[in-house]
Amino acid sequence: MSLKNFEFKAVIAVLAVFGVLFAIGAEPPEQPKYQKYFDNFKQNNKIDELVLNVLKSRDIPPSETCPDDVFLRRACLDLTGTIPTSQEARNFLGDKDPKKRAKLIDRLLSKNEFAVYWSMKWGDLLRIKAEFPSNLWPNAAQAYARMVKDRIQNNTPYDKFVRELLTTSGSNFRDPAVNFYRAFQERSPQLLAENAVQNFMGLRLAESGLTENQILGMAAFFTKVGYKGTEEWKEEIIFFNPAGKPLTDKEGKPVLPTPLNGKAFEIPADTDPRLVFADWLTSPKNPWFARNIVNRVWYWLMGRGIVHEPDDMRAENAPWSSELLKYLENELIAQNFDLKHIYRLILNSNTYQLSAKSNEGNDEDEDGFSHYRVRRLEAEVIIDAICQITGTGESYQSAIPEPFTFLPNNQRAIDIADGSITSPVLEMFGKPPRNTSFESERNSVPSVTQVQHLLNSSSIERKIVNGRLIQQLISQRKNDVNLVDELYLRILSRFPTEEEKKLALAYLTDTKRRANESATDIAWALINTSEFILKH
Amino acid sequence: MAKRKNRTYLKKKITRKSFFKSVLYGAGGIIFTGLLDSKAFGQLLENKPKAKSVIQIWMWGGPPHLDTFDPKPDAGKDYCGPLNRPIDTNVPGIKIGQLLPLLAKQADKYSLLRGMTHGNTGHETAAYMVQTGRKPGEGLVYPGMGAVVSLFRGQPPEYKGALPPYITVTTPQGRFSECGFMASKYKPFSTGGDPSREPFAVEGIVSETVSEERQKTRKEFLKNIDSFTRSMMEDPLVKVIESCQEQAYSMILGEARRGFLLNEETKETRDLYGRNRFGQSCLLAKRLVERGVPYITINYGGWDTHKRHFEAMNQKLPEFDKALSALIQDLTDKKLLDSTIVICGGEFGRTPRISWEDPWYGGRSHYGKAFSYFVAGGGFKGGQVVGKTDGTGENVIERPIYPWDLIVSMYELLGIDKNAKLPHPQGLTAYANPYTAGVISAKETGGMLKEIM
Repeated sequence: MSLKNFEFKAVIAVLAVFGVLFAIGAEPPEQPKYQKYFDNFKQNNKIDELVLNVLKSRDIPPSETCPDDVFLRRACLDLTGTIPTSQEARNFLGDKDPKKRAKLIDRLLSKNEFAVYWSMKWGDLLRIKAEFPSNLWPNAAQAYARMVKDRIQNNTPYDKFVRELLTTSGSNFRDPAVNFYRAFQERSPQLLAENAVQNFMGLRLAESGLTENQILGMAAFFTKVGYKGTEEWKEEIIFFNPAGKPLTDKEGKPVLPTPLNGKAFEIPADTDPRLVFADWLTSPKNPWFARNIVNRVWYWLMGRGIVHEPDDMRAENAPWSSELLKYLENELIAQNFDLKHIYRLILNSNTYQLSAKSNEGNDEDEDGFSHYRVRRLEAEVIIDAICQITGTGESYQSAIPEPFTFLPNNQRAIDIADGSITSPVLEMFGKPPRNTSFESERNSVPSVTQVQHLLNSSSIERKIVNGRLIQQLISQRKNDVNLVDELYLRILSRFPTEEEKKLALAYLTDTKRRANESATDIAWALINTSEFILKH
Repeated sequence: MAKRKNRTYLKKKITRKSFFKSVLYGAGGIIFTGLLDSKAFGQLLENKPKAKSVIQIWMWGGPPHLDTFDPKPDAGKDYCGPLNRPIDTNVPGIKIGQLLPLLAKQADKYSLLRGMTHGNTGHETAAYMVQTGRKPGEGLVYPGMGAVVSLFRGQPPEYKGALPPYITVTTPQGRFSECGFMASKYKPFSTGGDPSREPFAVEGIVSETVSEERQKTRKEFLKNIDSFTRSMMEDPLVKVIESCQEQAYSMILGEARRGFLLNEETKETRDLYGRNRFGQSCLLAKRLVERGVPYITINYGGWDTHKRHFEAMNQKLPEFDKALSALIQDLTDKKLLDSTIVICGGEFGRTPRISWEDPWYGGRSHYGKAFSYFVAGGGFKGGQVVGKTDGTGENVIERPIYPWDLIVSMYELLGIDKNAKLPHPQGLTAYANPYTAGVISAKETGGMLKEIM
């Protein structure tokens, strides 16, 4: 069939279809209006295939893939909570290697800051805090946080990590995983179970439509957790206490440890029920365990869970795509609970690498992943970034207990182990108080107070004026263009556009101000752009 | 099909917009208008509440009841130390500590709660009880009074001011998280700076170094250079930031900042309050009350005097006496005392029996079994004493007052409905009023302070 002939036939066919539709008064069929967006969507891995299926079925066109400078800043922030230095930015942007994104991801995953940043998140979930309401005590909080960071650094398989938290016995100072059982105001079996279930199964025990007996059955795994003091000040031993009092149901009958998906366990009197619980929980067959953590990792990286909220994985709370969730779950199990594998899959996907800019058809996509979800940087990350840019430090302290704890001035906020050590600025930007394990406890909504602080506080002003940034740039500048480039690279991890360069140069060379005042104002302005405090 | 899709989009749009509107206006906020949380979570009483504002003088560390409002001159040297000559006040029968002569002339304007008790001696747990009116360990971490009051009284129509509804002078309270389980937008705005210095720099509002002219130049330049905001105007978060900047500038360059300009007061007034950080903090609190701010906390530390307690008292109490008496007088003169509750106290009192030995050299430790609070105004009567301790000030023997008794009484004067609920992030039911929540047992309450209301 010649081309011409084909075209002719096609036109006739289209007309015929229209004719028929017109005749029966129906709407024209859905135009493949967004086809070009779907065609342009690169499929880097299986995630993209599964995401594309959903987007197509909902007729939501994906955004474009983001440019390199955006990707660099985003990946650095999402994986390490740290903005790139100007040199890192220059290197990455100048690199011609087509695999440079994948290589950057691998580099970031092996950085120390990766472990630091993710132990901060785990510190939130585990409520690592010296004082109220966890009351771990300062050296126990430090030991606990160090243990968590060490396991992340060594990429300990996730099932082993959870098992260690749940089954360790010993001293809060020397066997820090036992602090899992200490971070509670009240240490009832119900509260222990509630927390384990929330953190490791993504379920809110009290709100998941379970019967009271089901809840008691889960709590019964934790009736033999014993606590005792020692001669050492504030040392506490967590141990298997066979004499622990069983729970009783309404009729006064003792409750046996019972998993949510099965029959009661007959646990021999000399066996620690925590071991049985950990076996059940971390088994690849457990329907909640792997599913919960891959959904959380997705939430942490993408800003929204496949099931949302990530600590509310009730059956009625349907996933955005069950295929995607199942795929990630299977991947985690197949790779022996190597969490970095999941991070790598997500970061390398085109879905993750989409632009934050919406297009004609996806600007209202609120629960999906058709574009990157803009989020405000976490409190700790903002302060660290400003310190890094300006070459200054920040002071953190805990006024509890006496003697007060002060940290050295070069302390990074993402590396503060103990949630009791803080600063008013961190609190203003919504650092979670670690009162509960809810993900929503971290509040990253911008507020007037925060914006005011960035615009007009003596603390930010001092950092810009007195820090190394301006001093160094002014004294070492080769020329004005270079100065402007360097400010952009340090603060926004990119080169200025032509228009921005023109504006900045005009401001810089305006003789109404001294050059360092102008440079200060430009740095101040860049820090106050929404581009700076948003992940995008 | 296309139509149906559009309609669901429309619905989404509304939800999202109103969500961000509520986020925006509640956000740690400066201008509070529009859709507001308090309406969804309980309502104010219909009759007009007496109190509109609260000034809380938070004496953290724990001030000594024996040396201030509950002196025990007959208990001997081991209890009184050098402060064994309490003075008469202008209310017959009421004596207070000898280092408070100015307050002694005003006892008709305030009442003393000598029956305060909760039995806890840990700073943070006691602070939690006193600030929230809750016992620790309910599984939830409750917000402090300031957050609760600003939730119910800090929004239109009750409060239409441009200043934040909950302000701490000059630092946050520390030792407990003010907003508890409520979102961090209910945290207070902290002024920072030192009001006794000139100029008084208020973090984010009044700059010490950047002139108004330069503020304007910067603002203009920022607007021009922020290409990201222009290209992302569809993004809800970008919109929130833009609007926050607008509001921030209405403070930085606008009228509301005058609340912080203490140099608008006369020299005499400033001297009257005392030219020190605490004195000028009290003066600032008065200026904020004049502007309708519903809750102000003066974070007044330095009371944790385990060692050399009496040296500290000789220094602190005269400054406290001068500033607090000036504040009470000033509020009275401005006819603001009737609508402003002033409360002073810490998380507990200090051990009546003095530790003379090494290493304390005359120290007092933490004491939660008995302590005192000072209350004035906003519907609390003056010239009264509520509760009584024994001869050494170690036990409450009449009319115990628990922290929740005081807080519930304040909520009543402020017109906060006893069934009002607090917004909980996971939607759990949480009552503002500890009595209503049913967590207080009968033996742990002395009831509301009806005798002085």
